Amino acid sequence: MSGAICESYAVEAGAFGTAGEASGKIKGVLRKLGVPSALIRRVAVASYEVELNLVIHSLGGTIDLSVEPGSVVLDVADRGPGIPDLALAMQEGWSTASDEVRMLGFGAGMGLPNMKRNADEFAIQSEMGVGTRIHMRFRSPEGTGT
Amino acid sequence: MKAAEILGLLEASVLMGPLPEEEIMTACGSDMMSDVLAFPKERMALLTGLTNPHTVRTAELLDVPLIVFVRGKVPGEEVLNMAEDAGICVIGTAFTLYDACGRLFAAGLPGGTGRA
Ligand SMILES: Nc1ncnc2c1ncn2[C@@H]1O[C@H](COP(=O)(O)OP(=O)(O)OP(=O)(O)O)[C@@H](O)[C@H]1O
Ligand SMILES: [Mg+2]
Repeated sequence: MSGAICESYAVEAGAFGTAGEASGKIKGVLRKLGVPSALIRRVAVASYEVELNLVIHSLGGTIDLSVEPGSVVLDVADRGPGIPDLALAMQEGWSTASDEVRMLGFGAGMGLPNMKRNADEFAIQSEMGVGTRIHMRFRSPEGTGT
Repeated sequence: MKAAEILGLLEASVLMGPLPEEEIMTACGSDMMSDVLAFPKERMALLTGLTNPHTVRTAELLDVPLIVFVRGKVPGEEVLNMAEDAGICVIGTAFTLYDACGRLFAAGLPGGTGRA
């Protein structure tokens, strides 16, 4: 892990006006580092989905980015409320988003499955009243040193 | 398919130019941004009735060169300015999402699965 480039982005609950900014920054960092564009896209999609979940469903949290030789890692942690049934939450189409959120174009219940599909490693843990943690690793197919 | 051809097929007008020069390879139609994020492809046009800033944010994230607003929906100036800053072309058509997608598909523009 030595030499990994690490950045941390705070995401506020309910901040629709700025939702997506952290993911935009992450995309910019990866571009600057010369990460292959197909890999950037996978990271950007997962990061955008998780950022929106933090805005919509959580009480706020952080996205930590680390870039290691050959892979990109996102570690996400929020301050609650937690997900009561993870198996249900991981199902495509399952969502607790309000009608207001749906009007904005979110709440298809596709975010978590999208993250899992894009990441090579995906781990989610959640405790009610404590929070949710998601770990995602994206490997560069070419194994490029970044 | 060139953006100019899309403009013609949809009898659309340019809301924020210029039309991209690059070939549009595929298209996606949805009002749900997570659906758009599910199977993104290179040089994809995005057709949607959702005119809020999140449409442009999602498009920017996916390097979408062309947004088509359907059903005669015109976004606010803020949204058009965001698109301009992101270098995304925006056009508007009176056709519904279904009809607009159908016209492009029938003319040979494949969907995101690549199975036209
Ligand atoms: N960080 C979180 N904290 C609490 N609940 C969450 C969190 N992330 C997801 N959830 C719960 O899991 C459900 C499914 O999440 P997922 O991202 O797959 O879909 P969505 O956010 O509802 O819709 P979409 O992502 O398609 O816009 C959510 O509706 C919500 O109930
Ligand atoms: Mg979501």
